[in-house]
Amino acid sequence: MRWIWIDRFLEFRRGELARTVKQLSLAEDLFAHHFPDYPVMPATLLLEGLAQTGGILVGEVNDFREKVILAKITKARFQREALAGEAVVFETTVQYVRPEGACVAGRVLIDDVLIGEAEITFAHLDQSRSQQVFGDRNFVFSGELKTLLESVRPS
Amino acid sequence: MLTQEDIYRKVSNTLVEALNVDEEEIKPEATLQGDLGAESIDFLDIVFRLEREFGIKIPRGELFPESIFQGDPEMVQNGKVTDKGMAELRAKMPFADLSKFEKSRDLNQISDLFTVELITRYVQGKLANSNGTK
Repeated sequence: MRWIWIDRFLEFRRGELARTVKQLSLAEDLFAHHFPDYPVMPATLLLEGLAQTGGILVGEVNDFREKVILAKITKARFQREALAGEAVVFETTVQYVRPEGACVAGRVLIDDVLIGEAEITFAHLDQSRSQQVFGDRNFVFSGELKTLLESVRPS
Repeated sequence: MLTQEDIYRKVSNTLVEALNVDEEEIKPEATLQGDLGAESIDFLDIVFRLEREFGIKIPRGELFPESIFQGDPEMVQNGKVTDKGMAELRAKMPFADLSKFEKSRDLNQISDLFTVELITRYVQGKLANSNGTK
């Protein structure tokens, strides 16, 4: 399974706001098990979609030099489920970006109706330690996540 | 101008939100890590919420210093903080009440310095320095 839970950026305002969309297709593997005859997107994966949207938003502030790691979800609340066939929009707004980490406020919408909210804190992995453990390569922002962003970022 | 009681109440609310603890758990002497279960990432969250709540700026490492003694053997010997280490601690955390710690000087008890009361005192000092008007 590919671990990417956003399909496309709808809007990107540097250091401020990012909006992405995820189309929930019944063909996706997860719906075979979650649940048979009742295909619902797990709330944890909705949070992952928010975190990917917010992680790119705050990572881009430092031109992806920092390794941005999901560290804490202070609160999360969902009003209803997201079902196969629906398009989920993830909207994240920067609360702060500091040298040690960052925080975004996230909203999940379907058809412009709010179905969930969360506040997500990211840590910047300690640079000296991360270089020791992982080398120079930024394993967080690689491949598809950055390619997705290129589609909305002015060149 | 906020009274000490106002500041304490706002600090308490901030910690309830940041640490997801019950209001009853917040007491002046409650330690952030030992009693309220704070982890390192929570300190970042607490700093952000305090800045927002009180309209103050908290520079990195001022409220929660990252490495006070930096492994200096002149500051810590056999797990105990030396006179030089105590002087460094006073310089970096002038808002901390070190009277209890002074007796044990046990390095393992450093985290117990970070209490609800300490944060309240820190914020009070910041507001006084900036002629806090909020």
